Amino acid sequence: MDIVIAENLLKQYNGFTAVREVNFTIRAKECFGFLGPNGAGKTSLVKMIYGFSPVTSGKLTVFGMDVETKIRDIKRLLGVVPQDNNLDPDLKVLQNLLVYASYFGIDVRLARERAEELLEFFGLKEKAGEIVESLSGGMKRRLTIARALINKPKLLILDEPTTGLDPQARHMVWQRLRFLKEQGVTLILTTHYMEEASQLCDRLVIMDLGEILVEGTPKKLVADYTAEISGQIVQDKKEQPATLEDVFLKLTGRKLQD
Amino acid sequence: MEALKRMLRMDISPLVWKVFRRHLIVFSRNWKVNISFNFFEPLLYLTALGIGLGAYVQPIEGTPYLNYLAPGLVASSAVFATAYECTYGTFIRMEFQKTFQAMVATPVSMDDVIAGEILYGVFKSILYSLVILVVIFALGLIKSPWTLFIPCVMFVGGALFAILSIIWTGLVPNIESFNYYFSLVMTPLFLFSGVFFPLTGMSVIVQKIVWISPLYHLVNLTRGMILGRVGINLFWDFIWLAAAVLILLPVPFYLMRKLMIR
Repeated sequence: MDIVIAENLLKQYNGFTAVREVNFTIRAKECFGFLGPNGAGKTSLVKMIYGFSPVTSGKLTVFGMDVETKIRDIKRLLGVVPQDNNLDPDLKVLQNLLVYASYFGIDVRLARERAEELLEFFGLKEKAGEIVESLSGGMKRRLTIARALINKPKLLILDEPTTGLDPQARHMVWQRLRFLKEQGVTLILTTHYMEEASQLCDRLVIMDLGEILVEGTPKKLVADYTAEISGQIVQDKKEQPATLEDVFLKLTGRKLQD
Repeated sequence: MEALKRMLRMDISPLVWKVFRRHLIVFSRNWKVNISFNFFEPLLYLTALGIGLGAYVQPIEGTPYLNYLAPGLVASSAVFATAYECTYGTFIRMEFQKTFQAMVATPVSMDDVIAGEILYGVFKSILYSLVILVVIFALGLIKSPWTLFIPCVMFVGGALFAILSIIWTGLVPNIESFNYYFSLVMTPLFLFSGVFFPLTGMSVIVQKIVWISPLYHLVNLTRGMILGRVGINLFWDFIWLAAAVLILLPVPFYLMRKLMIR
């Protein structure tokens, strides 16, 4: 079953075109990646999926429902991890989860049960009574992901989930995400880290300037790239096998920006 | 026509109570500090002006100055609390804390969020008017059981000031602009709405202008009810406030949607 279907999806605001009539489908239980440099349109795209930003033209359905008319029903089934942490600094760690659960209309007792499970799973149990500001960057990120899971979403949207984290914190997040995937949660991931994309994504698209350049499995994208360059006259001998990063740089024609 | 309809449409669900509940949870964390600050300022006015200056002032409309002033301070401190909440408070949640963005990623809609802000503003007006009422009750300044209906009046007055403040926040969303809101809007209202002196002594033009002050109507209501001078005039003051709420209600929703949703 296809969870997300986008047809000729266009996003413009203030005369700027952020997403240029893209087409893609995301299947159930896969991890689908949007890879691209900053300003590629990844965030604009996922914001349309969770209904924060209205579609300019084209069609976008999530769980078979139109985002323009059924957004409340769609949001009930989603978990969203936005690019900037927007944990509630006026509330303590556990309260953040409980109050967020209330926005889904989740019963208080059930919310507490789930919140405690999630804090345990994300290694934040000891921090339950702390204020959010006292957490490290990695902990805040984990809490944001935990918060996104409070309604047991069928689809989890992660907008650059590990940007700004140190390698250890990043691996810890990846490990949790892999576990969620095994549990059957569909994941949408935007990132500009090649390693992240190749580690987690079943399929991905590479975007730049609002367009989708290529689509496929990480393996296929690398294989196509290797086949293509070996067809050309090899100017400098490459000792290393090609990586997703090579594909990315060739397509977007620019260096990664952090 | 279609555009107007879209402007007026509000997508509000029962989840607005969950948004309001979030604000109450935050409020309950530091309510003591919150209340004591809001309680301190009117008390200063009451002592300095009501008792200090009042010693030299003749009774106004047959009422001792302290009794005249106290109901005005009930109304003004209530709406100031709301104005602070729905400018600085709303802006901080929206801009710095990104609380609104977090809420609308759940089934909560942007209109639910704004309705929650207005409810919180109403809550502040009712609460702070009650705090001052308790004080002036202790001082023996309450003369009529009509006072019991003041929370109903504050519901409408608080809603109006919440709406006005969020309109300002939506139009000039930056933290410096709120200084202008308080110096250009709230302070003139505070000084010229009959809190400190009756406007009957001023020129006819001033009296006409004052009619457009929402605080003027709210002060009339609180004073009439506390002093037990209830007549048809008060009914019109109430209608004025209620009509202003109904007419202006869609505006903050429209402005905030325009600001937040792109």
